[in-house]
Amino acid sequence: MLEGWDAVALARAQFAFTMSFHIIFPAFSIGLSSYLAVLEALWLATKREVYINLFNYWLKIFAVAFGMGVVSGIVMSYQIGTNWSAFADKTGPVIGPLMAYEVLTAFFLEAGFLGVMLFGLERVGPRLHFLATLMVAIGTLISAFWILSANSWMQTPAGHAVNADGQFVADEWLKLIFNPSFPYRLVHMVLAAYLTTSLVVGAVGAYHLLRDQHLAGPRVMFSMAMWMATLVAPIQILAGDQHGLNTLEHQPVKIMAMEGHFESHKDGAPLILFGLPNQTAGRVDYAIEIPKLGSVILKHSPDAPMAGLDTVPRENWPPVPITFWSFRIMAGLGFLILGLGLLSLWMRWRGGLYSSRLLHLFAIAMGPAGFVAVLAGWITTETGRQPFTVYGLLRTTDSASPLAAPAVGSSLIAFVIVYFIVFIAGVVYLLRLMAQPPHPGEHGLDSHIPARAAGITPAAGAAAEGAR
Amino acid sequence: MSFAVDIATIWAFIIAFAVFVYVVMDGFDLGLGILFPLFPQKADRDVIMNSVAPVWDGNETWLVLGGGGMMAAFPLAYAVLMPALYTPMIAMLLGLVFRGVAFEFRWRTRTARNKWDLAFSGGSLLASLAQGIALGAILQGIHVEGRQYAGGWWDWLTPFSILTGVSLVIGYALLGATWLVMKTEGILRDRAYRLSWVLLTAMLGAIGAVSIATPFLHVQYTHRWFAWPNIILTAPVPIAVAAVTAMLLRALANKYDYQPFFLTLALFALSYAGLGISMFPYIVPQSITIWQAASPENSQIFMLFGVSVLIPLILGYTAWAYWVFRGKVRPESGYH
Ligand code: HDD
Ligand code: HEM
Ligand code: HEM
Repeated sequence: MLEGWDAVALARAQFAFTMSFHIIFPAFSIGLSSYLAVLEALWLATKREVYINLFNYWLKIFAVAFGMGVVSGIVMSYQIGTNWSAFADKTGPVIGPLMAYEVLTAFFLEAGFLGVMLFGLERVGPRLHFLATLMVAIGTLISAFWILSANSWMQTPAGHAVNADGQFVADEWLKLIFNPSFPYRLVHMVLAAYLTTSLVVGAVGAYHLLRDQHLAGPRVMFSMAMWMATLVAPIQILAGDQHGLNTLEHQPVKIMAMEGHFESHKDGAPLILFGLPNQTAGRVDYAIEIPKLGSVILKHSPDAPMAGLDTVPRENWPPVPITFWSFRIMAGLGFLILGLGLLSLWMRWRGGLYSSRLLHLFAIAMGPAGFVAVLAGWITTETGRQPFTVYGLLRTTDSASPLAAPAVGSSLIAFVIVYFIVFIAGVVYLLRLMAQPPHPGEHGLDSHIPARAAGITPAAGAAAEGAR
Repeated sequence: MSFAVDIATIWAFIIAFAVFVYVVMDGFDLGLGILFPLFPQKADRDVIMNSVAPVWDGNETWLVLGGGGMMAAFPLAYAVLMPALYTPMIAMLLGLVFRGVAFEFRWRTRTARNKWDLAFSGGSLLASLAQGIALGAILQGIHVEGRQYAGGWWDWLTPFSILTGVSLVIGYALLGATWLVMKTEGILRDRAYRLSWVLLTAMLGAIGAVSIATPFLHVQYTHRWFAWPNIILTAPVPIAVAAVTAMLLRALANKYDYQPFFLTLALFALSYAGLGISMFPYIVPQSITIWQAASPENSQIFMLFGVSVLIPLILGYTAWAYWVFRGKVRPESGYH
C-alpha cells in the first residue's frame, strides 16, 4: 500500500494526518469554552433558567470534544521527538521552552480546573464553579498563544542565533516569541476558533428551530451564534488580508504559491480566481483571472510589479496545487460565512430570525464550514512554507528521524485505523447529543458523579479509619 | 559521585520530578484500567471510573511536561531517545488515545459500553507495558552515533525490557488496587484488599528481579551500587524498601484506608531513587550525560523562572481539585 514512499514522506503524511485530526478539537474547544463561560456568566447575572440549561447542554458536548483534543494533543507533543528528532535536537532550545511554557501555563490550568468545571457545580457552588469555567477558557487561549508562537517562529524565525552544534539558540526571547508573523497568526486562529464554534452552535440551534420555533434554548443559542458569526466574519476577512500582507513581506514564495503566480509580472499581476496549477510545467492551466487585481490586493496599486516562482530555484518550490486550492477553499468559506451573517442580520431586522426556513437550512449547511476552513487554512500555511521546517534555514528532509520506512509506515497505518475508529465514534456521539434539544432542567455531567461523598472532610475519614 | 550543583543538574531533577509525579498520578489511573477486567459488574465499573474522571486529564499532563520539558532542557536526549523507543512510544500514545476517550464515550452509549470498557482496559495495559519497556530499553543502553540514534527499530525488545514492562504493569495495578481501597466501600473495597495482597507479592518479586538483573547490564551499574564507598549511600535503599514493605503488610492486615496507597507510593519512590542512582549523571545511559544533552544556559534559565513560580501554583490547584472530589465514591447516583 505504501511502497515507493520514503521515510520522510511517510513521516510528513503522519504528521499532517495526526495534526489535522488534533486541530479540529482545539478549534472547537477554544470557542466552546469561551461560550460556556459567557453562558454561565449570563446565568449568574440574570438567574434565567435557559442559560444554565444551555450551559449544561453544551458542557456534555464540550466534555467529549475536549477529551479527544487532549489525547490527540499528547500524540503531537511526542511525535516531534519520535518522527522529527533532528528537528527536535536543532530547535529544542528555542521552541522547547515555548512548548514547556504552554504546558505550565495552559495545559495544567485547563486540566486542573476541568474536573471541577465538568463535575463540581454541586460541590463548590456557582461562584467557584464559574471561576473554574473561566480558568479552562483562559487556559485554551493561553495554549493557543504559545503553540502559535512556536509555529510562527518556524514560519518567520527571529531573535535566534546558531551554536557550534548547529542548534538554534535564543538571542532575544521577546523577539523570538513575538516574531513577525505571530500576532497575525494568533488573531486569525483565535477568530477562526470563535467562528467555527458559532457555526456549530448556530447549526444546532437552527436544526431544533426547524422543528419547533418556540423552543427557548434553541432560540437563544441561534441568536447568540448568529451575532457572533455576523460580527466576527468581516473581522476575520480583514485579519486574513492583513495576514496575507505580512506573509508577502516575510514568506513571499508562499504567496506566489497561494496566488498561482508561476510567472513574474512586471506591470501588475492578475488575480487568478480558479485554475489548475501545473507544477511540472510551471503554469496555471485553464486560469480564470482578473487583470491587475492581484497587485491591487497585495500592493494596493494596479501596476505594481510582482515576482513569480520563476525567480525561485525549483528545489525551493512549495507544492503549488495544494497551497493554491486550500487557500481558495478557506477564503471562499470566509465569504460564505459572511453571507450567512448578513442574511441573519436581514432576517433579524425583518423579524424572521426564528422562522425563516431558508436561514435555518443555510445555517445547518454551514455547521461544519469552520472546521473545513481551519483545516484548509493550516494546509495553506504548512504546505506553503515547504520545503522548509524552519523557514529558509532548515529543510524538511534534514528534520526527520533516522527511521526506516517500514517503521513509519506501520505507525502511520496504526494511526489511521485508530483515529478513524475514535473519530467516527466521537462524531456519532456528538451528533447524538446535538440531535436532542436542550431540556428544561437539563442535567450537567455531575449526575454521573455522586454529589455527596462519604466523610465530608478527610479528617473525618481519617478518624473513621482510626476507629476501625 | 561528585556533586556540583549547576543548572543542568537542577533541570535533571526537575524532569525527574515531573516524570515521578506522572508515575504517581497516572500510575493509579492506568492501574484502574489494568484491573478493570476483574470487576465485570457495571455498577463497580461506574464507581471505578468516577473515582478518577475529574482528575485523569491533570494526571496525564505531567507526561506532557516530562516530554516537553525534556525537549526544552535536554533536546539531544529527547532526539536520541524518542526514535530509539519508536515502537513503544507509538504504542503508548495509541493506548492513551483509547483509554482517554473511553472516559466520556462509555457514558454516551449503552450498546457499545462494553467495547469502550475494553478500550479503557486494553489501552491502559498497552500504555503501561510500553512505558515499562521503554524504561528497560533506556537502562540497557542505546546505540548512539554523533547526535543521532543509530540502532534499528526493534533494538528495544529484550528479555530485560519485557521484565521491566511487566513489572511496571504490576506496580501500576497495585497502585490502582490501593487507590480503590481508599476511594470505595463495601464489597468493592474488600476485593481491592484481596487484590492488593496478590499484587504486592508480585511487585516485591518484580523489584527483586529487576534489582538483580540491572547490575548485570553494565559494569558501571554494579560499580555504582556495590563499590566502596558508594555502598554507604546505596545500602539504605534496600533497607528502606524492606521497612516500607513491612509497614504496607501491616496496613493491609489492619485494613487501613489511606495507608496502603501512600505506602505503595513510597515503594515507587524508593525504586525510582534506585533508578536515579543507577543512571546519574547519564540521561542516555553510558553515552550521553546531562551536561552533553543540556540546552544552552539561557534556555534553561528562561524556563527556570517559570518553573519555580508555576510548579508550586500547579501543585496548589491540583491539590484543590483532589480535595473537591475527596472521600469515598458511592454508586447510588443517577446516570444519563
Ligand atoms: C491554536 C490552537 C492549538 C494548536 C495549533 C495546537 N494545539 Fe494542542 N491543544 C490546544 C490548542 C492547540 C488546546 C485548545 O489547548 C487543547 C485542545 C483540547 C485540549 O484539551 O486543549 C490542546 C491539547 C493539547 C495537548 C493535551 C494537553 C493536556 O494534556 O491537557 C497537547 C499535548 C497538545 N495539545 C500539543 C500540541 C502540539 C505538540 C501541537 C503542534 C504541533 C498542538 N498541540 C497544536
Ligand atoms: C494545527 C494545525 C496544523 C496543521 C493542520 C498542520 C498541517 C501540516 C501539514 C499538512 C504539514 C505537511 C506539509 C507538507 O508536507 O507539505 C505539516 C508540516 C509540519 N508542521 Fe504542521 N500543521 C499544523 C500546525 C503545526 C504546529 C502548531 C506545529 C509546531 C508547533 C507544526 C509543525 C510542523 C512540522 C515540524 C512540520 C514538518 C513536517 C512536514 O513538513 O511534514 N505544525 N503540518
Ligand atoms: C476571505 C477570508 C480569508 C482570508 C483572506 C484569509 C487569509 C489567510 C492567509 C493569507 C493565511 C496564510 C498565512 C500564512 O501562512 O502566512 C491564512 C491562514 C489560515 N486561515 Fe485564513 N483567511 C480567510 C478566512 C479564514 C476563515 C473563515 C478561517 C476559519 C474559520 C480561516 C482560518 C485560517 C487558519 C486556521 C489558518 C492557518 C493559521 C494561520 O496562519 O493563521 N481563514 N488565512
